[in-house]
Amino acid sequence: MITLTKTAVRALVVAGAMAVTSVGAMASGEGGHKYEKQDWTFSGPFGKFDKAQLQRGFQIYREVCSSCHSLDYIAFRNLGQEGALGYTDDEVKAIAADYDIEDGPDSEGDMFTRPGKPFDHFPSPFPNVEAAAAANGGKAPPDLSLIAKARAASVGPDVGVEVFNDILRMIWHPVTAYQEYGPDYIYALLTSYEETPEELEETVGDKYYNPAFGSGVAIGMAPPLSDELVDYTDGTPMTTEQYAKDVTSFLMWAAEPKLEERKRVGVNALIFLVVFSFLMFFTKRKLWSKVKH
Amino acid sequence: MSGHSTFEPQNGFLKWMESRLPIAGLVHSSFIAYPVPKNLNYFWTFGAILAVCLVAQIVTGIVLVMHYVPNTTLAFASVEHIMRDVNWGWMLRYMHSNGASMFFIAVYIHIFRGLYYGSYKAPREVVWILGVVIFLLMMATGFMGYVLPWGQMSFWGATVITNLFSAFPYVGDAIVTLLWGGFSVDNPTLNRFFSLHYLLPFMLVGVVALHIWAFHVVGNNNPTGVEVKDSNDTVAFTPYYTIKDIFAIVVFLVFFAWMMFMVPNFMGHPDNYIPADPLVTPPHIVPEWYFLPFYAILRAIPDKLMGVLAMFGAIGVLFVLPWLDTSKVRSMNYRPLGRQFFWIFVVVCIGLGYLGGKPAEGGYVLWARIFTVYYFAYFLVILPVLGFIEKPKPLPASINEAVLAKHGDSAAAEARA
Repeated sequence: MITLTKTAVRALVVAGAMAVTSVGAMASGEGGHKYEKQDWTFSGPFGKFDKAQLQRGFQIYREVCSSCHSLDYIAFRNLGQEGALGYTDDEVKAIAADYDIEDGPDSEGDMFTRPGKPFDHFPSPFPNVEAAAAANGGKAPPDLSLIAKARAASVGPDVGVEVFNDILRMIWHPVTAYQEYGPDYIYALLTSYEETPEELEETVGDKYYNPAFGSGVAIGMAPPLSDELVDYTDGTPMTTEQYAKDVTSFLMWAAEPKLEERKRVGVNALIFLVVFSFLMFFTKRKLWSKVKH
Repeated sequence: MSGHSTFEPQNGFLKWMESRLPIAGLVHSSFIAYPVPKNLNYFWTFGAILAVCLVAQIVTGIVLVMHYVPNTTLAFASVEHIMRDVNWGWMLRYMHSNGASMFFIAVYIHIFRGLYYGSYKAPREVVWILGVVIFLLMMATGFMGYVLPWGQMSFWGATVITNLFSAFPYVGDAIVTLLWGGFSVDNPTLNRFFSLHYLLPFMLVGVVALHIWAFHVVGNNNPTGVEVKDSNDTVAFTPYYTIKDIFAIVVFLVFFAWMMFMVPNFMGHPDNYIPADPLVTPPHIVPEWYFLPFYAILRAIPDKLMGVLAMFGAIGVLFVLPWLDTSKVRSMNYRPLGRQFFWIFVVVCIGLGYLGGKPAEGGYVLWARIFTVYYFAYFLVILPVLGFIEKPKPLPASINEAVLAKHGDSAAAEARA
């Protein structure tokens, strides 16, 4: 009887192994854009933003993205805070003053426009979602405050079988502290616009072909970046790739302005806990050395 | 908790207090002099780790509530306010959201430890059943907590899960209306979920107290599954297990800190950084990772009502487990067949978790069905039958004997080398 059960157990193990391989084989046939892991200054446990890069990225947001995309959760004061773009208080005041902000009602009950102050948030390019949708082919451009955390590229080890990729990535992401799937997605999206292939012309219609777009390949946003589009004054190459890198870094900062503080505190907390764990380990070992267990 | 408390108050105030409310004596007999089998391995530290998780969730949660706004138009922005403007808000919020995952990682290890070492068997049935109640309360709390940030997955997860109740005949629609507080997931839903999300953790504290009380009456199980015979088998809880538990807690906190500081969004879903929009359905709606095995069971069954029953049944079957397992032997260490089926069961549960995160189509559904069959067969067929056909290995006469045999073996091995 026991040999019989053992055989049954082995059969189940084999079935399980087959399950894993066949699910993988089945799914690996599906297409999908191949995203690439980019180098980011803010990746890894010791990552920090490059302030000059954030300023360039902000310039791109201001000159390009902001004509359609809002940045609701960011106030001008955020630009000057610790771990941000490195602007002084006066620079922040000057940036804020460049914007017209609607305020009110005043004591007469009227709304009025005044220059921005550091506590103001970035004004939206459209008065409301309906206006944004109407001006953009029926769908409002998403707010960019959190976009770098609200999108994800599938990046990581690739062995050609989906189930193994999934398992490897589930381990690889936390072990390597990889958390830049959002920036990797945005970078890919901004740099992957292509001529529409003939067979897809009907699907794409009057939209734009972009194989890196997460939902389908037809995106409503026209290619926003092109070489020489924004004037850099610090000698940084004025290429689409560089622009994409810079604005993506800025968007990551916008999504997680406390990223530098988080990593700094995290490293300290980890050092403390690891040292503490060693102390507790030796205490425990000494205590238990008198007891057979 | 064998016999009377050996606690003898030393100073006048404690003597006065002890004769009126013997709380110091209770603490002394439960957490200091309490005899614990001396052979417990590190899987037994997860009880203490879970206590830390519960306290951490309650403390961070209470502070988060000071800044959170339970209103559909403001909830999402208030969470961002916590992340951006509240001092240390980002840390509290990440501690709380990752803490929920840590809580479930610890509880799953704790449950599988109980399954492996037969900790649910007589006389520990009530300890086990209270544990399942704790697990259910945790799931309800975790689910409702995930709804509070009012992101896309919050909203659509709430919509999908609450809709499940509509499968019940006659009362289903009424239950759903009651859960929603209206005719769709909306502000009343968010408000009642918030209220319950604050209430349930305190109920958890109560049931945890009962859980600890119950197992202090029957004593700890241990890796041999052999009951404690005399004081040679045990050591005092303090200092031996307090120090060991603290060490394990700190190691667990290293892992916790790594996850919440370095990859705080790894266990979340990117869509939950998009504000809830009832008009836009995400392509793949998935619950939090810790529900995925049950979600896979739900979707494995083509009929909605049967799927819902299977999903609840997957937890319900745990309540009667003490009477389903017919083996006289507790620990799988001495059950050569049971052990193999147990490890297949572990793989099946992880496999169900994987499949729950995949779209319900093609081969995924097929394998979810096979794994679902094994999940139920393990409890309803394998464990009941094994007790009759399995020939267990000989059990040690006592815990002390098992410990001495282990040390004797290693001493002999060292002598040979």
